[in-house]
Amino acid sequence: MLATIRPSDWDLPLLLHVAGAMLLVGALVIVALAMGGALRRPDDAAALTRLAFRALLLGVLPADIVMRIAAEWIVSTEGVGDPTWIGIGYSTADGGVLLAIIALALAWRATHRVGAGRTAGPGALGMATVALSAVLLVAYTVAIWAMTAKPT
Amino acid sequence: VSLYDWLLFLHVVAAFLLVAGVVAYGVVVLGGGQSAVRRVLGAPAVALWNAGGIGVLVLGIALAIEVDAYEIWDGWILAAIVLWFIASAAGGNLSRTVREDRGAPDGGPARALFAVMAVTTAVLLIDMIFKPGA
Repeated sequence: MLATIRPSDWDLPLLLHVAGAMLLVGALVIVALAMGGALRRPDDAAALTRLAFRALLLGVLPADIVMRIAAEWIVSTEGVGDPTWIGIGYSTADGGVLLAIIALALAWRATHRVGAGRTAGPGALGMATVALSAVLLVAYTVAIWAMTAKPT
Repeated sequence: VSLYDWLLFLHVVAAFLLVAGVVAYGVVVLGGGQSAVRRVLGAPAVALWNAGGIGVLVLGIALAIEVDAYEIWDGWILAAIVLWFIASAAGGNLSRTVREDRGAPDGGPARALFAVMAVTTAVLLIDMIFKPGA
């Protein structure tokens, strides 16, 4: 019931945290769909691989930063302690940014390979990017559960 | 884990799906109208928007009934329902344009509909967090 009784001081950082997380997940969905499309459609691979790379660079990473800074703002303002759900949030955010950076590097490499005409599609690099995006989406779903159910 | 926890979790997941739909629509509408992008993102955008929209409304009403501190006629909840209808009207029109494959939906009307969807969704989120009057 924390959501119904949380202090109003949390409102602005919580808005930024949730908005950042929503945009992060939205951009990750674009990455998975675009790179998945590039794998299935060799004729459109260049445009879709580039879209996946841009979604990671201009969507996932900035949103991740906003989400993470706002989370730190909430924790530092209110001193919520170190319950399990905070730990799950930190683990997901810190591990998630690492996986997102790896996915960004893979997508950047795939964009160059497809753009240079060396391969018809993103191939293994694209599959790895889709796999990392899927792992991140599952991890963030677990994080949403932890943030809402707040297990102790 | 209580019923409230499950309802809140699913309500928030639905809101994430809704925003993912807005992001996908944004790429389709504002992304220069590339046919490849539209073919790949068009149907998922409609599906995410519809699933998220129905989920936030149904689960939001269930939460308002479940939580003693809230009533369905609270101002911020009524405001959310009005915003939901505005966003749904814009989203319904935009999804028809995307589904009917009438060329790239990157013209003025599509951009206006997308702007209404995006702004009302953002205001909806602000309303949910700040709960004015609660």
